[in-house]
Amino acid sequence: MSERTFVGGIHPSYYKNQTAGMPIAPASPPSQVVIPMHQNIGAPCDPVVEVGDEVKMGQKIGEPKGFVSAPIFASVSGKVTKIQPYNHPLGNPVQAVIIENDGQDTPYEGIAPNKPLEELTPEEIREIAKEAGLVGLGGATFPTHVKLAPPPEVSIDTIIINGAECEPFLTADHRIMLERADDIVYGLKAFMKACGATKGIIGIEDNKPDAIEAMQKAVAEGGEGYDLEVHSLHTKYPQGAEKTLIKATTGREVPPGALPMAVNVVNQNTGTAVAMAEAIKLGKPLYERVVTITGPGITNPANLMVRNGALIKEIIEQCGGYTGDARKLVLGGPMMGMAQPTDDVPAIKGTSGVLILTEEFVQEAPIDPCIKCGKCIDVCPMHLMPNFIGSASEMENMDLAEKYGAMDCFECGCCTYTCPANRPLVQWIKIAKGDIAARRKK
Amino acid sequence: MDRKLVVSSSPHLKSPEDIQSIMVDVMVALFPAALMGVFLFGYQALITIVLAMVAAMATEAIIMRKGFFGDGSAALTGMLLALVLPPAPPWWITVIGSVVAIAIGKHLFGGIGNNIFNPALVGRAVLVVSWGAHIAGDVWLQPQPFGFTADLVTQASPLATYDASLLDLFIGTVPGCIGETSALALIIGGLWLLYRGHIEWRIPGVFIAIVFIMGLFDGGFEMGLYHVLAGGALLGAIFMATDMVTSPVTPMGRIIFGFGCGFITMIIRMFGGYPEGVMFAILFMNSVTPLIDNLTVPKKFGEVKQSDA
Repeated sequence: MSERTFVGGIHPSYYKNQTAGMPIAPASPPSQVVIPMHQNIGAPCDPVVEVGDEVKMGQKIGEPKGFVSAPIFASVSGKVTKIQPYNHPLGNPVQAVIIENDGQDTPYEGIAPNKPLEELTPEEIREIAKEAGLVGLGGATFPTHVKLAPPPEVSIDTIIINGAECEPFLTADHRIMLERADDIVYGLKAFMKACGATKGIIGIEDNKPDAIEAMQKAVAEGGEGYDLEVHSLHTKYPQGAEKTLIKATTGREVPPGALPMAVNVVNQNTGTAVAMAEAIKLGKPLYERVVTITGPGITNPANLMVRNGALIKEIIEQCGGYTGDARKLVLGGPMMGMAQPTDDVPAIKGTSGVLILTEEFVQEAPIDPCIKCGKCIDVCPMHLMPNFIGSASEMENMDLAEKYGAMDCFECGCCTYTCPANRPLVQWIKIAKGDIAARRKK
Repeated sequence: MDRKLVVSSSPHLKSPEDIQSIMVDVMVALFPAALMGVFLFGYQALITIVLAMVAAMATEAIIMRKGFFGDGSAALTGMLLALVLPPAPPWWITVIGSVVAIAIGKHLFGGIGNNIFNPALVGRAVLVVSWGAHIAGDVWLQPQPFGFTADLVTQASPLATYDASLLDLFIGTVPGCIGETSALALIIGGLWLLYRGHIEWRIPGVFIAIVFIMGLFDGGFEMGLYHVLAGGALLGAIFMATDMVTSPVTPMGRIIFGFGCGFITMIIRMFGGYPEGVMFAILFMNSVTPLIDNLTVPKKFGEVKQSDA
């Protein structure tokens, strides 16, 4: 049953008009790419090329070190100049393969179309996803082939494609739905076949009526033989979070600490579905993705197809550079993205947005005492008590933080957004989560 | 690159609402009731309101040394206190009430966010037990619309006599505290707070429902309405019991809190020594608020109740 939404959440200003009408354009070819060897949740990769090697576009350069991992590919053709640690969007420097672009974009010979979807077995689809290096492109970067391989005791009946794009400012998924609707449906069918799911749902917030229409059309044309539905969802943040999306489209609630497969569902992002379709149809591995470059601090906002490893500073230059009062660089959306200390950092598989904020967004107000208004509890989509978790963490009472649900927080940021006392609740909860997780490991 | 980038934890957006904007919103919500008080009881009511607010802000300014208006919470406390005082108490009663509310009711407990009891009600409670003759008893003025210079005609409270008409109680043309007599003005303010999201229905809704239901047993439908409209039930339910700092934060906790407030109010009204019980009811429930919050931690998303499992 479709409920269209969930309990809690917020209605921030969406700021999407800046880029919603801008078609996806290719970014200008980078002079060099810096490709980190860790771009997914799970194990990192080992480089399989050496300094001085000539590589071609789409050639594998990183081999996974474990099952929960995904290979990494060259996004340009050219010469490997260095292999060294480099700035990484998630914080600490990570080993990276640096390739000087020869500008030829010579494709790797191994890239070849696969059999059509009708002839592929579930095992073959998983293998294609794995060999193409697919990860969740919404930002979480969980390896796709792992999601498509649930344990034998779990049966998956529904695949949900996440077209909610609830993060303010970002329009990458919106554009993908408008421009690549057929491939999304193709990818969805592949996911369904890989998991043995009987139902496919595409969930889209109702502030994107053109995307809903485009997806409905694509489903009508390409969905023959499959049970596919397009769901129009309430526009509310965080509608596109895994658990809230499942609740809104199927009415099912994923239990605390569990994965969507606990309620027989697998979620995939629109971009991932397109990448899946390209991997099957063209044999193309994941070495580029759509990124929204936006915010009041960028001169010319755009939706660009960005090569893996392209440096953010080059992308910003290409978009006309910073405006005078730009003060903050965020990779991802404004609610969950990471602020960067430098723009000398590469775009990776999980980079959905380059958001540049100005002075008015970074004014720091003093932290006031909690006035127990309870607004954070009202907005928490996980029905936690962010005020109490935050205060407990601030007092370093991590047992209490755990009692109030710290580990069930997925850091959507609704509480901090809402708090009239300017309390950095998510920050405190993150600290508590790190501390509790470290203690559990002991 | 020489541009300095700011790094902070997500989220990078913030709602425009802060403590000051909430306090201002609540004062806006109280404005109809205050205006009605001045309209009915004349310039003395206006003096009482202004005096209480100024005394409260001055007390806070001396303690906090952060400007006169600050976050606006002291002004609100002073306004709330004035609205639960008779229209024309001696000036020193008003000042002592405000000083006690801010200094003892609020800052002795650690200031905003940390006080256990509603500061305005602490101020009033101290006045009631210390100078009862000036606060309760025969201190009520006969309302005289537009009677800005009316003579004082003292009257008994409608909760002592039980003889006012329901229409008078609804409009507010009955003797009483400055802000409590007009149900109409209070409901308008309450709707504004609901619309702005600063209160939610549970505390005032349950509070008033319990007052009405117990009023039914005190004398049928009309008496149920009488209990809701007369005295401080509406002011207490909409503005005092919903004080963020001193009321529960959980949905179930708010229902329990509203129930307790309504129940104790009616027990005092029907069986107690005071004609009115709203103040002591709310103060008592304030004292158990942390306990209620601890016992009513909401079910997490996806969590199955023990009994269902």
